[in-house]
Amino acid sequence: MSTLSTKHLLGIKNITREDIEQIFQTADNFKEVINRPIKKVPSLRDVTIANIFFENSTRTKLSFELAEKRLSADVVNFSASSSSVKKGETLVDTVNNILAMKVDMVVMRHPNPGACVHLARHVDCSIVNAGDGAHEHPTQALLDAYSLREKLGDLTGRKVLIVGDILHSRVALSNIFCLQKLGAEVRVCGPATMIPRYIEDLGVKVMLNLKEALAWADVANMLRIQLERQDIQYFPTLREYSMQYGLNRALLEEVGRKDLIIMHPGPINRGVEITSDLVDSDYSIILDQVENGVAVRMAVLYLLAGRAKSSS
Amino acid sequence: MKDKTLLDHTALNYTLHRLAYEVYEQHTDFSNLAFISLQPRGIALGKRIVAQLKTLVKGQDIQHGTLDVTFYRDDFRRRDDVLVPSSTDLDFSIEGKEIILIDDVLFTGRTVRSGLDALLDFGRPKHVELLVLIDRRFSRELPVQPDYTGKVVDVVRDERVKVEWTEDDSNNRVILFSDDQ
Repeated sequence: MSTLSTKHLLGIKNITREDIEQIFQTADNFKEVINRPIKKVPSLRDVTIANIFFENSTRTKLSFELAEKRLSADVVNFSASSSSVKKGETLVDTVNNILAMKVDMVVMRHPNPGACVHLARHVDCSIVNAGDGAHEHPTQALLDAYSLREKLGDLTGRKVLIVGDILHSRVALSNIFCLQKLGAEVRVCGPATMIPRYIEDLGVKVMLNLKEALAWADVANMLRIQLERQDIQYFPTLREYSMQYGLNRALLEEVGRKDLIIMHPGPINRGVEITSDLVDSDYSIILDQVENGVAVRMAVLYLLAGRAKSSS
Repeated sequence: MKDKTLLDHTALNYTLHRLAYEVYEQHTDFSNLAFISLQPRGIALGKRIVAQLKTLVKGQDIQHGTLDVTFYRDDFRRRDDVLVPSSTDLDFSIEGKEIILIDDVLFTGRTVRSGLDALLDFGRPKHVELLVLIDRRFSRELPVQPDYTGKVVDVVRDERVKVEWTEDDSNNRVILFSDDQ
């Protein structure tokens, strides 16, 4: 075990199971670090990282920024709303200008699927995808799988259900790749209009009935309805969606699942995909996911930065 | 060049005994003293020193932790492979304590420098000492000297010193070998 097989983290699809295991092992060490009285190590003190966010984000941006700061990296933040992108500059030009100021790594979120792949072909630095449109969100999938592994141990044969707006979700796609690489079985559940075509080609079974799906699953990952990405109406009303696909205590008791693990990538719309009391219940590992997010992102940045100089 | 044995099993055992007695000579009260072994190679030595001391100070509890210095090293991004971390296990506070850092071979002094940085992130110890099994003098790149030394050796730079521990302590030894073998 030495280096990751890739220079960038563009998606889970491009990395191997060994990469994922190495990230998890390193994240174990960083989890210990962020629970120390002094939560900081000097590893990346000669590395500058630009966080380039072309789309809104609270959790991911904060989580990356904390991860970077706890590794002692220098951080510059950039958000598209206040930048020259508005004046017509292209993505590659924007990033090359940032790199000309001696930045070593880029963490980018972009509304267009494949933006990070495009960038990786045209600029010379390590790129971490922090979400590209409805394509991938690799660090979220890694922290989800890491949190599950912490709770359940080996994921081989575990049954994970992803519920909700699968069509617009980058979390769903990255989670499917990641969990399958770790040996888990993944199924999706949601209104037929929000299940992408051909998803079964990925080896993912579609279930349209939430009650049946919950009876099958060990874990339910509840996704938010991404209204900002929906150009047409996919279901009649939020209330109807909530009645059909929302998770609540009565439904759980009806299915008789006391050991179900509930996850959510955030932001949560309480009362839509999941009721408020379940979010705060013992079923939920939602805040563990957030804590682990920092450790997993530290591991990704550490492993990519360690590689960056030696390969250039 | 063939492997050369610097310390065979018997000699190594005597050295461990002596090191334990030297520590005991300086520290009779173990309540404010803690041993911290540097990962990964100081662990085996630390365990054995602490075990020896336990037979000397019956009844007194000896605090022993491990410290990983990977994230504090100064050669990150300056080598071909990524440095793989080990675990840190300090389940006591080091604030105001007397600490003895333990490592097997003292060479350039850089690991000990990282160890001091890592240690200070956990608090402010009263006093820090260094115990090593082998001191490769004349190879130092930083001003670091041990307080307790098992054996001083003078070897050229491209020769390597390795401490080998067997699980059951039946054939521990210290050997000298060259990379070009």
